[in-house]
Amino acid sequence: MSASKTPISAWLPIVALAWLVPGGGHFMLKRTTRAALLFGCCLLALLAGLMMRGAMFSPQTGDLFTTLIYCGGFVANLCSGIFYLLTVWMGYAQPDVAGHVHDYGTKFLVAAGLMNLLAVVDAFEIATGRKS
Amino acid sequence: MPKMTLSHMEASLLFALLASVVLGIVTKRSDRERMLYGAYCFVCFIGALFGLGWLMYLGHR
Repeated sequence: MSASKTPISAWLPIVALAWLVPGGGHFMLKRTTRAALLFGCCLLALLAGLMMRGAMFSPQTGDLFTTLIYCGGFVANLCSGIFYLLTVWMGYAQPDVAGHVHDYGTKFLVAAGLMNLLAVVDAFEIATGRKS
Repeated sequence: MPKMTLSHMEASLLFALLASVVLGIVTKRSDRERMLYGAYCFVCFIGALFGLGWLMYLGHR
């Protein structure tokens, strides 16, 4: 069945869960090993970013470069799902300070979201029958 | 939350490992292909890390 013929109710809950909990979509589709690996990778990247005191992006506009960096970074952070929400709810607010370790941390936080974005797309493709 | 300080090398290796696992999982269709592609991505990351490292070193001599 192609993606356009798959009813939205068949893949939307899976995509929503995949975003909210990294690996959750794969778990719902009974791909438990892949789900565990995706969850572990996203969690490790996020924890590494937090322990290196990386900064979370908040949307800012200005010139094109600033808009791209801050809005793109915010969207990437948001892709971490529940990890991002928990981090914000628990009051993590690291300012963007100079230093290579903080900078690596910021990149790890963004990478955790982008890895989950890949997992969401993969879960969508499995749910719509494009992949197994 | 404990604080962690990684060197550039350690941070790059950790990133390469995590990204390779995810890329292997989401791009291929069989478990064997996933493992091979994950290993291939990891080797490419490490190759780029050392290649660019040497390039910067030689460029600054």
